[in-house]
Amino acid sequence: MSFNRFNAFSGYGIGVGLRVPHLSHILENKPVVNWFEIISENYMVGGGRPLAVLDRILEQYQVVQHGVSLYFGSAEPLNREHLKRLKALVRRTGTPWLTDHLCWGSVDGRYTHDLLPMPYTMEAARLTARKVRQAQDFLEVPIAVENVSSYAGFHVSEMTEWEFLNEVVERADCGILLDVNNIYVSSRNHDFDPFDYLNAVPAARVAQIHIAGHSRFEKYILDTHDHPVVPPVWKLYEHAIRRFGATPTLLEWDDRIPSFREVHAEALKAEKYMPAPVAVPA
Amino acid sequence: MKLRETQRRMAKALMLPLAPSGRMRKRAADGSLMSREAAAIIKPNHRLSSVERLEIYSRSYWFRLLGSLAGDFPGLRAVIGDRAFERLAVAYLSDCPSRSFTLRDLGSRLEEWLRKNPAFGGRRLTLALDMVRLEWAHIAAFDGPEEKVLGPADLVGLKPSLRVGVQPYITLLELSYPVDEMRIQVNADSSGAQAASNVATKKRYRKFPGLSRTRPDSVFLAVHRLDLSVYYRRLTREEFRLLSALRARRSLAASIRFAFEGSDVNAEDRPPMLQAWFAAWASFGWLTCRPRKRKGAHSS
Repeated sequence: MSFNRFNAFSGYGIGVGLRVPHLSHILENKPVVNWFEIISENYMVGGGRPLAVLDRILEQYQVVQHGVSLYFGSAEPLNREHLKRLKALVRRTGTPWLTDHLCWGSVDGRYTHDLLPMPYTMEAARLTARKVRQAQDFLEVPIAVENVSSYAGFHVSEMTEWEFLNEVVERADCGILLDVNNIYVSSRNHDFDPFDYLNAVPAARVAQIHIAGHSRFEKYILDTHDHPVVPPVWKLYEHAIRRFGATPTLLEWDDRIPSFREVHAEALKAEKYMPAPVAVPA
Repeated sequence: MKLRETQRRMAKALMLPLAPSGRMRKRAADGSLMSREAAAIIKPNHRLSSVERLEIYSRSYWFRLLGSLAGDFPGLRAVIGDRAFERLAVAYLSDCPSRSFTLRDLGSRLEEWLRKNPAFGGRRLTLALDMVRLEWAHIAAFDGPEEKVLGPADLVGLKPSLRVGVQPYITLLELSYPVDEMRIQVNADSSGAQAASNVATKKRYRKFPGLSRTRPDSVFLAVHRLDLSVYYRRLTREEFRLLSALRARRSLAASIRFAFEGSDVNAEDRPPMLQAWFAAWASFGWLTCRPRKRKGAHSS
């Protein structure tokens, strides 16, 4: 079972990303959903509709925060104001763990608003791990870092992506949000075996799994989150669950979003790969 | 190459505006070849060259940010037209790259930038500026912070020396054009379209059909929210001055004096007018117990 200190030993099961087009359906119909993942930045505001809606969701559901802009891998220090606002949201949601990406996206105070790939060097691993530790200490909640999809590699890289991931999480003593779709996308774009990646991940640190769809172009695959999960990604997921045990899993669908029922049904396909619960004698 | 240098060079390259074709430019502003710069940082593979791999990120950057700005300023886009808006957006983002972790703040410097770069506002610069101010106020009203409300019961027996505040999410605007009506028209035209800041959109807006006939009109406006929706409320000159004075931390008595300076409202009509205004503002939750020290005034 991948219930560990990085996901607060919480058996959350299968969740869905909370998205604006679904809000009225969720608030009116209160569908049974194990948990929702929210994009932290969408709720790091002063007030108004976003926080009011979030409070209504929190009355009914468990929520886990997922961020897109901490940029642990950027060479510049963490933004203190950002951390303060994030901590206020952590207190509001009671998220049992918090995730963001193993990437960079800002330089000299300028933000690209993208999840840019890391050069896989020891210098970068040390800096990234230090920043994850700082954030974890400040936020007082376990952090798990997510592997991103990438379309470019650097000349300066000294190791594979999974070696870099392992170096960072060991140094930071943090969890992993393993995105199996991202592993698949990157494996096609960089010509490696995605199962080599999966087999190298330290099982005890996997806090959560992401699944999603992508778009295939002539020369590369783009992580678009606008399709159902493809069979090769389900195969990776199956392998991951066999290695890590039942793990909190979340489906991301961010563009050309279908109805909530369709998205939820797609997410629940993951159940088929989860180990059956062990019967406990009375 | 050290991490910081790698990141600086890659960010500089991907933030270079795209060519009109939507592809990456062949040369940087200093004339250097982008293919050479990309090759110095990024490994090619057997399907994509270094610069093609970099281009995936550059296109993504520009599509995301241009889509976000277009989503936040549909009224400006309708005032100056699609092509002029795109030129303005590229120039603005080149001069003022995002300095916030959230795309919500992308347009925070647009008014200031447009004042310094009036050529991008087209022939109706004042109208374009009014629209920018309104649309930024709309964002502030949507999710700005709220302070403890002074309700109708709290108004009984207020002393003239007291200072009350105005909710920080409210922006008071003195405008030269009826851009509130125009923005409502844009919303109606694009109903159903998503205005989420992180979704790139290719939706094209028609210019306002009656734009050439739009005449200046002095408008005093409060951009506020009620029941979590954003509204534009027209104010009289006196109301606007009174709210502006309260926001500037003046006492009730001083604010009222300021409100009616140069006013042609009869003295006997003023008390019932004030009573009605305060009752309305209290019912909207506009007034707060503590006057707030503001970094910059939005009103003019």
